[in-house]
Amino acid sequence: MVTCKDFLKEMGDYLDEAADPATKKAVEEHIHNCPNCWVIFDTTKKTIHVYKGMDPQPLPEDVHQRLVNVLETKCKKRKA
Amino acid sequence: MTAAAGSTDADLGLLEKARAGDDEAFAQLAMKYERKVYRIAKNITQSDEDAEDVLQDAFLKAYEHLKDFQGQSKFYTWLVRIAVNESLMKLRKRKSDRTVSLDENIETEEEPIVREIAVWDDDPEKRYTQTEMREILDKAIQSLKPIFRVVFVLRDVEELSTEETAETLGLSVPAVKSRLLRARLELREKLTRIFKRKGEQILGYV
Repeated sequence: MVTCKDFLKEMGDYLDEAADPATKKAVEEHIHNCPNCWVIFDTTKKTIHVYKGMDPQPLPEDVHQRLVNVLETKCKKRKA
Repeated sequence: MTAAAGSTDADLGLLEKARAGDDEAFAQLAMKYERKVYRIAKNITQSDEDAEDVLQDAFLKAYEHLKDFQGQSKFYTWLVRIAVNESLMKLRKRKSDRTVSLDENIETEEEPIVREIAVWDDDPEKRYTQTEMREILDKAIQSLKPIFRVVFVLRDVEELSTEETAETLGLSVPAVKSRLLRARLELREKLTRIFKRKGEQILGYV
């Protein structure tokens, strides 16, 4: 029988689909029977999901331009 | 599929050309990854100025060390490693009085906190504009301690594997896992306060 504390410990591997079959089954049984842990599992999964869904923002134009300049200077130096 | 995983072959072609002295090929690699490198740097250093320094230094270093790149890892992973190291150096420099160490012993610290137990509104992404969402997520990340923040950024934002994250940070796999769990739970806590369904009863957690 998995306790809530055990569940929290195993949740990371379970979320990453890295839990072994026996642990996976035990975790699933626990969240099926424990509403609180189900909520924790569900909201943690959603937390990861919102971060993964964020595309990197375009670079501010001036930051991009300065990077281009720095690299061009470097390349010219090497060629010189 | 992540951009990194989906483009290895294209990267290899560009990399070969860059190594042979084709600067245009290197510029293409830089343009492809500048946003990701900047995001990593910004997330770790939490400073626009430091993030720009890291961005430039990371690509300069990559350019200088093109010949040292072994090709055993993906170009992107190699670049991330450089960017992370540069970012951590910035952090350490800034906090010279209080060393930021990734080796900090966290095992003695308290258990992860779980207080907010409430279901979320359906699709919080639809309730907020992209800009608002970004602000909420950035603010939550900022509140994490660097040792948790770095692991979360690499695993759940940049989507490196547990092993790649461990290798990049010089940590053991169990250390990465325990820090990641802690980071995820702390973020979950903060986001739940914002995204929870209104009127939902908050149950106590035993």
